[in-house]
Amino acid sequence: MFSAVIKPVKTFGRYLQLMAKVFSRPERLRMYWKQYVKEMQQLGVDSIGIVLMISFFIGAVICIQMKVNIQSPWMPRFTTGYTTREILLLEFSSSIMCLILAGKVGSNIASEIGTMRVTQQIDALDIMGVNSASFLILPKIVALLTMIPVLVTFSMVAGFAGAYAISYAGILTPDDLTYGLQHSFNQWFVWMSIIKSFFFAFIIASVSAFYGYTVEGGSVEVGKASTDSVVHCSMLILFADIFLTQLLS
Amino acid sequence: MIEIKSLYKSFEDKDVLLDINTTFVEGQTNLIIGQSGSGKTVLMKCIVGLLEPTSGQILYDGRDFVGMNKGERTALRREMGMIFQSAALFDSMSVLENVMFPLDMFSTMTLRERKERARQCLDRVNLTDAEKKFPGEISGGMQKRVAIARAIALNPKYLFCDEPNSGLDPKTSLVIDALIHDITVEYNMTTIMNTHDMNSVMGIGDSIIFIKEGRQEWSGDKTLVATSSNQALIDFIFASDLLQKARSAFV
Repeated sequence: MFSAVIKPVKTFGRYLQLMAKVFSRPERLRMYWKQYVKEMQQLGVDSIGIVLMISFFIGAVICIQMKVNIQSPWMPRFTTGYTTREILLLEFSSSIMCLILAGKVGSNIASEIGTMRVTQQIDALDIMGVNSASFLILPKIVALLTMIPVLVTFSMVAGFAGAYAISYAGILTPDDLTYGLQHSFNQWFVWMSIIKSFFFAFIIASVSAFYGYTVEGGSVEVGKASTDSVVHCSMLILFADIFLTQLLS
Repeated sequence: MIEIKSLYKSFEDKDVLLDINTTFVEGQTNLIIGQSGSGKTVLMKCIVGLLEPTSGQILYDGRDFVGMNKGERTALRREMGMIFQSAALFDSMSVLENVMFPLDMFSTMTLRERKERARQCLDRVNLTDAEKKFPGEISGGMQKRVAIARAIALNPKYLFCDEPNSGLDPKTSLVIDALIHDITVEYNMTTIMNTHDMNSVMGIGDSIIFIKEGRQEWSGDKTLVATSSNQALIDFIFASDLLQKARSAFV
């Protein structure tokens, strides 16, 4: 019982210690910039495809579900578009998309850094006098903070495109959908999603990097770290979502 | 020169290093030998600062590494080069970028000068043609040579090699040994090498310490190994019948 309480506290303490190392002054900004650009490509640009595809289909499916399950002769015809917009803006494009990205990007970060640890590449950096934690993790955090809000915005657009694709397939008229999407539009919901995505981006990058950086052992431990990072990122995103939604609504 | 004085290291209640006292001289290849689990890797990690010793001193030309603050250690680390057992090259970088990395991080050279210096280092290890390749595309021996080129890029005063021959065929091992020895003399570096490769011991062992169960059991050089009366050393070095016969013939 006692160790069950102590272990998470110790892990959190180690996480904070690592973050203190990560946010120290960079040694050579030029090299960090190079890493930052590389990470934006690897973690952000390479995720655009999957974000667009998932968002497009989920947008279409939400639209169908709303039409089939909510719409009735006693409801206004714009209800489908209205509810589709609210779901996409408020939760899907920020929280659910970040959960998906925690799987793709988070496991990538944990396994990359974990492999560097077990193959002594991190030791090599330390012996050269490079702050390995900062050099490896800081560009990933900044790259995700830059790219995830962009991906969230793309997700919103792709979700609406999916809904329109369904409307053109004859489920509902595009005019009704457009009216619903525009009905009682609150711009703040878009900003709320983007603000939430900054927090989620930080969670994904820092927690995954922590699990990768602290790996001890071999390939089995790297695999475990990758899984742990996805599980913990997902949990933290869900917890953070509750607080942020309450705070920002 | 690196001096080790009364060095102890323990993990929780297990003593791994006990009262190590030795001096590693510049311009020489200093070997640390011993069986697997004897504590030689822990000793190397303590010397380079990847592990903190429980007690004792590590003096780099008189500068106490253990008592240094973070900034002083970082500055001293720029005088070190290290070759790891696994080469530890950065997978995402080409051979040339790997060798340029320490220059990119710490030198004030222009890009052209950095490239030129990296190419000189690659030329020194006979790898000029491989500069555009990635670590995954070259052999283990070539990876070790790239690691040597990277280690010498900043003209280090101290070179550390953790079992550099591990996983290499005997002929390639000899090439790596010769390269490390030649570079040590050429740059007048203090080189410390962990090994249990007997060819290395007899070939480049200018100074050797033998560690057994965390204690310094014997020290000397390659010319004294065969005639040593230390039974633990003889059992370790001349483990096979063939080597025992060779030793008997020599003695």
